[in-house]
Amino acid sequence: MKRALLPILIGAAILVGCETLNKMTEMATGVGAAAGVITTDQAQSINKSTAAVGKVFESVTPEQEYYIGRTVAATILSANKPFDSKAMTTYLNTVGQYLALCSDRPETFGGYHFLVMDTPDISAFAAPGGFIMVSRGMLRCCNSEDALAGVLAHEIGHVELNHALQAIDKSRLTSAATVLGTEAAKNLGGKDLADLTKTFENSINDITSTVMNSGYARKFEFQADHAAVTILSRAGYSPVGLQSMLQQMEKNLKPGGHDFAKTHPAPKDRLAELAKAIAAAPSAATHSVERQKRFHEAMQGL
Amino acid sequence: MLNKRLICLIGIPALIAAAAIAATSGVMSVQIRKADIRDTPSSLGRVVTSVAYGDKVTVQSQDGAWMKVSAGGQSGWMHSSALTKKNVVMTAGPNAQTAASSGEMALATKGFNSDVEAQFKAGHKNIDFAPVDKMEKIKIPTSTIREFVQEGNLGAKGGAK
Repeated sequence: MKRALLPILIGAAILVGCETLNKMTEMATGVGAAAGVITTDQAQSINKSTAAVGKVFESVTPEQEYYIGRTVAATILSANKPFDSKAMTTYLNTVGQYLALCSDRPETFGGYHFLVMDTPDISAFAAPGGFIMVSRGMLRCCNSEDALAGVLAHEIGHVELNHALQAIDKSRLTSAATVLGTEAAKNLGGKDLADLTKTFENSINDITSTVMNSGYARKFEFQADHAAVTILSRAGYSPVGLQSMLQQMEKNLKPGGHDFAKTHPAPKDRLAELAKAIAAAPSAATHSVERQKRFHEAMQGL
Repeated sequence: MLNKRLICLIGIPALIAAAAIAATSGVMSVQIRKADIRDTPSSLGRVVTSVAYGDKVTVQSQDGAWMKVSAGGQSGWMHSSALTKKNVVMTAGPNAQTAASSGEMALATKGFNSDVEAQFKAGHKNIDFAPVDKMEKIKIPTSTIREFVQEGNLGAKGGAK
């Protein structure tokens, strides 16, 4: 009986690994120790390992996040070829990098970079660390620079809030807790490097299957829209642009499609949530003829 | 009486400010590849100098998410997302091992890194990294962004605070 409790407590600690769990485990181990089922030393040891798992997500350094992001982006771009237009790419990066500067997380290890994917599907992806890819189909939902800024700000929101990293299966964290602090490269033996690479590969799979197939939880999408409204307001763009983009997306989406039709909440649901965010953060955005002119020029190549 | 009140009114915020400075002062490490130190607490501020991954900066004060820092004889502002309180150790070795067990340090060169990426690439020849390498080279200079903002009548709030 005593022996059975220890693995269960450790197992539970590893599976959930969050602040709540830390408290729960402390309570459980406290009860266990008080009842004499486990020793105080064992209880302390379990509490320590729970705290370690709880910190795993935070212990992903910006450099490690960057390497995860590069491979996630490479995987996405192997399935969606880049759209080759220097003028469009420069314009997209100017708007995007300006918005990133206005976010709560303007600095990532390798910086924010933006690319158009050559597909009529309506899709956009944000890989960890700031690799952001939007499709031609998504750009066609935009009728102004403010609308485009809305799309990019939403993706920056996902990066800022670490949504992709949170898609990594919690079970990976048990090995990640060890490997993230492990020496790699020449200091690692062949098996250790292989184990580390396996954890890396599994983490990449978790992220790409989430963003490309199942989609994030609805609350993450709403959070990204809220973050977008903040970024847009600081930048001087009107968040109404994001609303008009969603209205257009609703018309352009094909039911049963493998793009945003599958991975995102319906535009009308996002619009309802967005209205609340906009009401809470009134915008002082100004209109500009120049903004509209340069937007149309950049979009001509599409 | 009035003077005492005045001293209190001035003194308490001053004490709070001093405590805030004390809490934020100290040495921090750069946690990104390259970071700019700017003349104002704004992402569009003029770049005074740049610091690299693992470099140490001395924090003098804080304004929201912006830290007033000094490094290499120059001072200016950095966004807190570029900095960590953890000591960044750039090379592996006996000291790094001790650091790893203390749990206080972000260790550069550890965990997922270029060697792991190389190992991953060797096992996934179908995944092409060339578009990502190309994408990463796109960096719009701050001066260009500043012009873009001005021409587009943007930037009412002057960037991230």
